[in-house]
Amino acid sequence: MKNILVYCEFEDGLIGDVSLELLSKGRKLANQLNCRLEAAIIGANLKGVEKQVFPYGTDVIYMAEDARLEHFLNLPHSAILQHIIRENNPQIVLFGATSVGRDIAPRVASALRCGLTADCTSLEIGDHYEKKSDTTYKDLLYQIRPAFGGNIVATIINPEMHPQMATVREGVMKKEIVDANFKGKIVKVETEKILNDTDFVVKIIERHLEKSKVNIKNSGIIIAGGYGVGSKENFNLLFELAALLGGEVGGSRAAVDAGYIEHERQIGQTGVTVRPKLYIACGISGAIQHTAGMNESAMIISINNDPHAPINQIADYVINGEIADVVPKMIKFYKKNSK
Amino acid sequence: MTKKLKIIVLAKQVPDTRNVGKDAMKADGTVNRAVLPAIFNPEDLNALEMALRVKDKNPNAEITVLTMGPGRAAEIIREGLYRGADRGFLLTDRKFAGSDTLATSYAISCAVKKLGEFDLIFGGRQAIDGDTAQVGPQAAEKLGIPQITYAEETLEVTNNSITVKRRLERGTETVKATFPVLITVTGSAADCRARNAKFVMKYKHARTISELADAAEDYIALKTKRPYLQIDELSVADVQADDTFLGLSGSPTKVKAIENVVFIAKDAKVLSNANEEIEELMKELIANHTIG
Ligand SMILES: Cc1cc2nc3c(=O)[nH]c(=O)nc-3n(C[C@H](O)[C@H](O)[C@H](O)COP(=O)(O)OP(=O)(O)OC[C@H]3O[C@@H](n4cnc5c(N)ncnc54)[C@H](O)[C@@H]3O)c2cc1C
Repeated sequence: MKNILVYCEFEDGLIGDVSLELLSKGRKLANQLNCRLEAAIIGANLKGVEKQVFPYGTDVIYMAEDARLEHFLNLPHSAILQHIIRENNPQIVLFGATSVGRDIAPRVASALRCGLTADCTSLEIGDHYEKKSDTTYKDLLYQIRPAFGGNIVATIINPEMHPQMATVREGVMKKEIVDANFKGKIVKVETEKILNDTDFVVKIIERHLEKSKVNIKNSGIIIAGGYGVGSKENFNLLFELAALLGGEVGGSRAAVDAGYIEHERQIGQTGVTVRPKLYIACGISGAIQHTAGMNESAMIISINNDPHAPINQIADYVINGEIADVVPKMIKFYKKNSK
Repeated sequence: MTKKLKIIVLAKQVPDTRNVGKDAMKADGTVNRAVLPAIFNPEDLNALEMALRVKDKNPNAEITVLTMGPGRAAEIIREGLYRGADRGFLLTDRKFAGSDTLATSYAISCAVKKLGEFDLIFGGRQAIDGDTAQVGPQAAEKLGIPQITYAEETLEVTNNSITVKRRLERGTETVKATFPVLITVTGSAADCRARNAKFVMKYKHARTISELADAAEDYIALKTKRPYLQIDELSVADVQADDTFLGLSGSPTKVKAIENVVFIAKDAKVLSNANEEIEELMKELIANHTIG
């Protein structure tokens, strides 16, 4: 039986959110394919970590525990993951599109000579008919992602060379516990037999990690600004509205590239995915790479001076106007009518 | 340091996706690449700068720019020479068409092997036309050397090691590696220096063989006098790559379908910027507890 494997990120005693989200998605795919959901956990001090992972319906955990693996290091982690994949032959391997996932996944895909699709926004199972060879491939992983420029979505498949690998950004999939008491099996991986001294040629000298200050992913209200905001100073208006409504400020990639706002606040395919109850898009045109990260918002208000901006099509309210004019009015009338 | 450091910079010419205007879309929904300017991939410029800074401190270091692409990608090499690189190679062949990241990294690794010994390879973390960040790590794997991704700054270079600060989601990490190593550089690293007028003078006539084919006679004479004006092209045969690992046949990923996204237009309420309309909206949002 060919199963689904999720590479789980582990740091400071915690499995990464993105990994739990992928386990949730992996469980659904495994049900559809009638196979097992498996997790690979590599690190030091893994005692009890299974309790974080089993509730998502994980049937098997491959656990590689080694004091030398406390922090992520590309070579040893890649070597162990390759070993796990070679031994168990999964049909699908999923990674978070984080600095860790995007470091290890390509290395492993290259070593195994299999395909890898970055930043998928949706994963589905489906068949594929290849005309040239008159072959039907059953139950492939459709790796769906917005494609270069414009409003295009591409479905990528790996018909021949398996496993099929994909990375997915944090927040794209929903974290869902299947059963708090679910119990799977733990398989220990013998790291000594896999690792060599040469796997440790890159050494960590120092680390300075802090909790992220910005928390747009969990904010119920998001005021997002695009290139149309025009400057870093103009973003202050958005911060003012956000502070007033108890929300956070996000931005499009064009706004990030222009230096109006920091990268941590980028929303979209290559930024954060959000599902707030209210999303106010100010001067954002609505490219697919942006809407991929916000189109599940409960309510969308678009403020744009172009009545035909694509984002207006997914908005609940469209305000035709200038940001510099509309946002101050929102602030004013909120103050006037609240409490 | 006495040793002559050998540095390779991987650079790609990309369509400027940051300026995808409305005219960049064709009626059928595909991208009209012809109207997009071709630029030096931004993070590859950061990578070039990181290499140049190593050379600043080790003046006898040699920087080679390697780019894979169509004939016009020679522009990238000239741009690299104008900013301080010593030489460049254009990896170009029809057989590369349709390559995904695995096939691309294979081709690059073959070219790097062809170029001989090296200590450091720098490349951008990712290219803006795909944002995959896969080619660097995959090339490192194919070359059997370690990788350092998300590099922001070089802290120290000795004659057999480099210490680098990485920029991660939640902070920084400093790592040290011995040569050879492949390093991918993020956009938060130092911007690339401007062109140097002296190098522009020196290299403005640098051409690949294909470009020379169209050049005037006196041009060819010029090149014979100044061999550094020749930008070498490398083909699949030159780098002894195996065809089956290239192009479509060497690419595990296939595009099954490309779809235009049709937004299912919601019944949006359209408002103007009139005071009354915005006040009405704010009242409504407060009343239904969306805000407040
Ligand atoms: C591989 C890849 C990944 C990408 N990932 C992301 C991603 O994660 N997130 C993302 O956002 N983008 C991403 N992009 C970029 C995306 O394609 C768009 O280029 C980007 O979203 C555009 O940002 P924008 O809407 O702010 O700017 P523009 O498209 O320039 O739109 C500006 C809008 O502001 C309006 N406007 C201008 N002035 C005013 C004013 N005074 N008042 C009111 N309205 C005004 C205009 O009418 C227009 O609608 C990605 C692209 C690629 C190729």
